[in-house]
Amino acid sequence: MAYLFPSAEWFDQLKIEVNRSEAYANSGKTWEGDFHFIIKPWGDRQEPFKVYLDLWHGKCRDVYEVTGAEAKKPEFVIAGTLDTYRQIFSRKLDPIQALMTRKLELQGNMGKIMKAVKATLDLVKCCGLIDTKYADQS
Amino acid sequence: MWFFNSPEIVYGADALDYLEQIIGRRAFIVTDPTLHALGFTEQVAERLRRAGWETAAFPEVEPEPSLETVRRGADRMRAFAPDWIVGLGGGSALDAAKAMWVLYEHPELDPAAINPLERIGLGAKARLLTIPTTAGTGAEVTWALVLTDTAEGRKLALGSRETLATVAVVDPALTAALPPRLTADTGMDVLTHAVEGYTNNLHNDFCDGLCLKASQLVFDYLPRAVADGSDAAAREKMANAATIAGLGFGNAMAALAHALGHSLGAVFHVPHGRAVGLYLPYTIEFVANGGVSRYADLAHFLRLLHTDEPTAAAALAAAVRGLARQIGQPASVAELGISEADHEAALEKLCDFAEMDTQVVMAPRIPDRDELAQLYRYAYRGQSVDF
Repeated sequence: MAYLFPSAEWFDQLKIEVNRSEAYANSGKTWEGDFHFIIKPWGDRQEPFKVYLDLWHGKCRDVYEVTGAEAKKPEFVIAGTLDTYRQIFSRKLDPIQALMTRKLELQGNMGKIMKAVKATLDLVKCCGLIDTKYADQS
Repeated sequence: MWFFNSPEIVYGADALDYLEQIIGRRAFIVTDPTLHALGFTEQVAERLRRAGWETAAFPEVEPEPSLETVRRGADRMRAFAPDWIVGLGGGSALDAAKAMWVLYEHPELDPAAINPLERIGLGAKARLLTIPTTAGTGAEVTWALVLTDTAEGRKLALGSRETLATVAVVDPALTAALPPRLTADTGMDVLTHAVEGYTNNLHNDFCDGLCLKASQLVFDYLPRAVADGSDAAAREKMANAATIAGLGFGNAMAALAHALGHSLGAVFHVPHGRAVGLYLPYTIEFVANGGVSRYADLAHFLRLLHTDEPTAAAALAAAVRGLARQIGQPASVAELGISEADHEAALEKLCDFAEMDTQVVMAPRIPDRDELAQLYRYAYRGQSVDF
């Protein structure tokens, strides 16, 4: 069954994949940090899709779609277009390359991110495990 | 989309004389105490003074420069207020100069946070001129820099495209007195840059040719440079190879041998080139065994004529081992004099550091934790990688 990206269901599935990934459990074992992932508007959509993701010591503790004003301010904000996320999940675009070319925009402590490159890659691999249908394809 | 960044490069015999043509007023020379005592600083300062410059020096950069050294140097730099920063030396001095440049213009920044994802805004106060005295790290033409966090005991692979030098002066005469062991260590660093720059995930058309050429120059001239340091032609070719490889890997990244080598260096204080060169054949085998490599082009360019990737990779690994033997480099970590007990005791830390290294994810085949540990053990024993 394909999950629509982006959607709350897709990110719920990501939490499942992250929490059963031995690779991420290892590479992310010292990570403490939460995120807003923002998918910029696509097609006729005016608003970005925003999701909150909390990663802690190799596990995903929480994930939910953010609608309206969000009181919680995460440590990191990552924003990109739908196509950028698609290219990353399908391994056509390296996530580090995406960050360095600013196809993914990152706010937060960059030094901390750069220390966690393997965990970042393992997280991306988890995304790639999800049977995905992209919102601009429906 | 990707980038190709290069300073202006002035190379060849008497390249150092170019210093008298650069427009500037005040140069702050960053170097190490050994080079300073040997008169290298004065060679540079004298030329600048002849052109009407004022100069000052910070000859305190240690091997594997620390965050503390960088902060101290930046403080002195701010007091002198240069319009040119001159990095003179091996990778340590050049990397320290880059980091000090950042802190000189942005004292509010944490040097450990210098990264390629954020704009810094450099160049308002000064520009950077790099003069390598080894052949070499290629640091004269890369934007990457490696500092040591002495508190955590680990190396930090940092950098920003803005920390690229404005001018690099590559004068082979500055490498003429390099002792054979240092020539060998730094030469193997060049080869590792060339091979990894060609074969990592960010390899690209702009860098491929540079990496091929640099690898060829190393095989042809490193043995000569090690055997006879007064071989001026060999010294010049190796100086060029180092800079060419620096451009090649600097615009494509390194990979697994560097991740492993950085970690070994941080834990056991093995010189960088010796460490990465030692791991190179093992990582070639590891990547090739995953069926994701592109070693055949390299092998072919080196006249190791094999048409299929697995055979070519094996031939390349063998050629690297052969070169290392020829120039007296260790083939295994055991040959470095590290006991197996100490290596095993440090294995968890080695793996932790490698996993945190930015270069580990550049490899076409990224080892998981178990594979990392195995790689370290195979390289310790000198066993060809069969997994």
